Amino acid sequence: MPIKSYLAHAHGGQKEKLINALSELHDCEVTPSENQDILVLVTDTPDDISDDILKKKIEDIDSLKILTLVSGFNNPSN
Amino acid sequence: MYNSLSNRRSFIKRMAKLSAVTAAAAMFPGIIFADEQEAAIPNGANINWKKGPCRFCGVGCGILVGVENGKAVAVKGDPNSSVNKGLLCVKGYHQTMCIQSKDRLTHALVKKNGKYVQTSLNEALDIVANKMKETIALHGKDSVAMYTSGQSTIPEGYVASKLMKGAIGTNNLDCNARLCMASAVAGFLTTFGADEPMGCYEDIEYADYFITWGNNMAEMHPVLFSRMLEQKSKRGAKIIDFATRTSRSSTASDKSILFEPQTDLAVANAICYEVIKNGWVNNSFVEKHCNFSKGLINMGYGIEDKYKFKDKPEKINFEAYKEFLKDYSPEKVSKYSKVSVKDIKYLASIYGDPNKKVVSYWCMGMNQHTRGTWMNNLVYNIHLLTGKISQPGNGPFSLTGQPSACGTAREVGTFTHKLPKGVVMNEKHRRLAAKIWKVPYERIPAKPTYHATEMFRAVDRGDIKFIWTQVTNPLVSLPKTSRYRPGMKKDSCFVVVSDVFPTPTSDVADVILPASWHIEKSGLYGNSERRTQHWNKMVEGPGETTPDAWMTIEVAKRMGFSDLFPYSKENHVEEIYEEYTQFHEGAKHGMAPLEVLKRESGVIWPYVDGKSTQWRFNAKYDPACSNGESFHFYGKPDGKAVIWQRPYEPAAESPDKEYPFWLNTGRVIEHWHTGSMTRRIPVLHKAMPNAYVEFHPEDAKSLGIRNGENIKISSRRGACVLPASINERGLPTKGQVFVPFFDENMLINDVTLDAFCPISKEPDYKKCAVKVEKV
Ligand code: SF4
Repeated sequence: MPIKSYLAHAHGGQKEKLINALSELHDCEVTPSENQDILVLVTDTPDDISDDILKKKIEDIDSLKILTLVSGFNNPSN
Repeated sequence: MYNSLSNRRSFIKRMAKLSAVTAAAAMFPGIIFADEQEAAIPNGANINWKKGPCRFCGVGCGILVGVENGKAVAVKGDPNSSVNKGLLCVKGYHQTMCIQSKDRLTHALVKKNGKYVQTSLNEALDIVANKMKETIALHGKDSVAMYTSGQSTIPEGYVASKLMKGAIGTNNLDCNARLCMASAVAGFLTTFGADEPMGCYEDIEYADYFITWGNNMAEMHPVLFSRMLEQKSKRGAKIIDFATRTSRSSTASDKSILFEPQTDLAVANAICYEVIKNGWVNNSFVEKHCNFSKGLINMGYGIEDKYKFKDKPEKINFEAYKEFLKDYSPEKVSKYSKVSVKDIKYLASIYGDPNKKVVSYWCMGMNQHTRGTWMNNLVYNIHLLTGKISQPGNGPFSLTGQPSACGTAREVGTFTHKLPKGVVMNEKHRRLAAKIWKVPYERIPAKPTYHATEMFRAVDRGDIKFIWTQVTNPLVSLPKTSRYRPGMKKDSCFVVVSDVFPTPTSDVADVILPASWHIEKSGLYGNSERRTQHWNKMVEGPGETTPDAWMTIEVAKRMGFSDLFPYSKENHVEEIYEEYTQFHEGAKHGMAPLEVLKRESGVIWPYVDGKSTQWRFNAKYDPACSNGESFHFYGKPDGKAVIWQRPYEPAAESPDKEYPFWLNTGRVIEHWHTGSMTRRIPVLHKAMPNAYVEFHPEDAKSLGIRNGENIKISSRRGACVLPASINERGLPTKGQVFVPFFDENMLINDVTLDAFCPISKEPDYKKCAVKVEKV
């Protein structure tokens, strides 16, 4: 059950768009920075396959400039 | 901390998020996540929010601590605090996470037959009081000492001063603010005759230019830096970073100008040279409000024990000052400062433009300097010559590192030469203290004794036979710990350490007293902008943890001074504050009454007729101005500030053939000072688990050093092994290495030099000579 955290950089002026797009995705939790075009993104998926699929969906978002992985945890389901 | 909030899974999610927030803080200068903590709180949680100041730096952000079932479960920025307007940096958000660390000091420990034995607090305090009395009886009053902190609360500092100076009758009290703020104090006193900045943080909203002098604000004063960045994007305000190392602040600034260590003295003089040469002097301001003086030169560096120095100020005139500045043309200074003529002229043109408002900010780069007092004087010179001072958006602003360096160390006066008002050398000041303390005036000695460095030298020499440290970790933070650690271990000195966690200093203690942490007691702090902040106790501390002020009072009582310490356990903070504020009555330093401090998120002094004075010395804002002019520098008897003639002099130790690199030391955003608290906050520790040594890439290449390789840094004092860091957090200039000092496993202060400014006695942690070797 992977839990990962990322820093997501929005294209200039597109922070709101990125927040909305990410918020629509299941298994994503978004915390935007107050004063910069950066969001903290935490993903929480049931397995590695879902994690891969989600990551691809995130990378397809137009308003996303860069996605940087910060931490990855694998929490056993028990 | 989060057990009451959620299960393991949400705990992991929370840790993942905090890691990312912390990583962002290190990567993006000034980044703020305002809603981050609140978002973690589950719906329906029954949280009681309590206000106070942040524990972790001199910015003094207001915090709200969320308390649920007697536990601190969250921290958020206080939207009512004009300091941070709801924002916090990464240390601020995570601060309360350290209190439940497993190795918390919960009970007193007394060393018996070489082993620490848990002892009741009552018995431990008996031992401390008896030992202190016995030492005084055997060796005299000046054989006992206290060493406190700019993180002590105002009441803690006050009772320490009253015990040592008023009750016992020794000036053997100094504090760790000597290591960070003493040059700022000496600078203010020599130039203005009154300590602490004349402006306030609201200057940020008005300034066109921020010039930071050796000050990495993005990491050390992150919330203020984020306020500056906001003005940069909103109004086009410009940030100019003037430093010896490219830091996160440099990269976020509009321009970064690098200089050779120690030559800031010469560049400041060159700016004044240019201001005068180009006719940018505000002549009427200078004529009405300034005098010119010079002092002694070639003062030495205090490297030898019992070093003494007293400046001899001598009045000069403007013409003599102009003559002196001829040695500091941009062309001449450029040669040794390595700052281009163009950049010196550029800096001068900013200060010289009458239509631009300029704030100069500085902290350790200028203060931890063997000519720190001079450096402070020189930046004041620039603002005085141009008349850019004491007005919204115009002024020099010396920032503090610690949360109550101003409130406690400087205002209460926990330095050897200080009293809550004034200095021990002044009979009027001693008489006032004696009156308020109700002690015979003769008891307060008129001569200062040991400043911090000399105090630990006296311990090493065996002159001090009892020392009590509170809220500080000198065996990590002093310079040249390679001397002072063995010194403290000697049997000749009985060592008492009050702290929250074990540290390398408590490791050498004979008695360890378990202190309450910040939110486990009530208190007051005073931040960089003269803001006094009160908080009430928020949670119970574990075991027998007790506020430091109360432990001092208990020891005083046991020593027979009960009549001087008549405070009650429940209300001692308030009772002490009421007594203390008598020292500062009047328009120049009046402090807000407690009921106001309880209501507000901090109040700036002077507090006169229900109103804070935001810009001192300016008659428009400051009711203490009484000379009928627009400005009145009333700290000086004639109401005039002093423009000081201070030359460039080299550092105490410079690189040579044997030790070819400069060593510069400092801090990182993740850790607070010696790391005793922040290294116990998992997310901060994980983000920055150990110290490192930064190299310029060309130096690394020529030495064949790769990232992460272990490198031995050695000086004439000692050595330290650390992993190399190339092109990561910061970039030192060629020929310089940088090491942060937060890591007790890599004690870089074994390597540093205990040279200090002869006037302020503040050590220089930014310059000494080292060699580097791969190990
Ligand atoms: S900037 Fe300083 S006072 Fe403000 S939250 Fe950060 S550490 Fe605390």
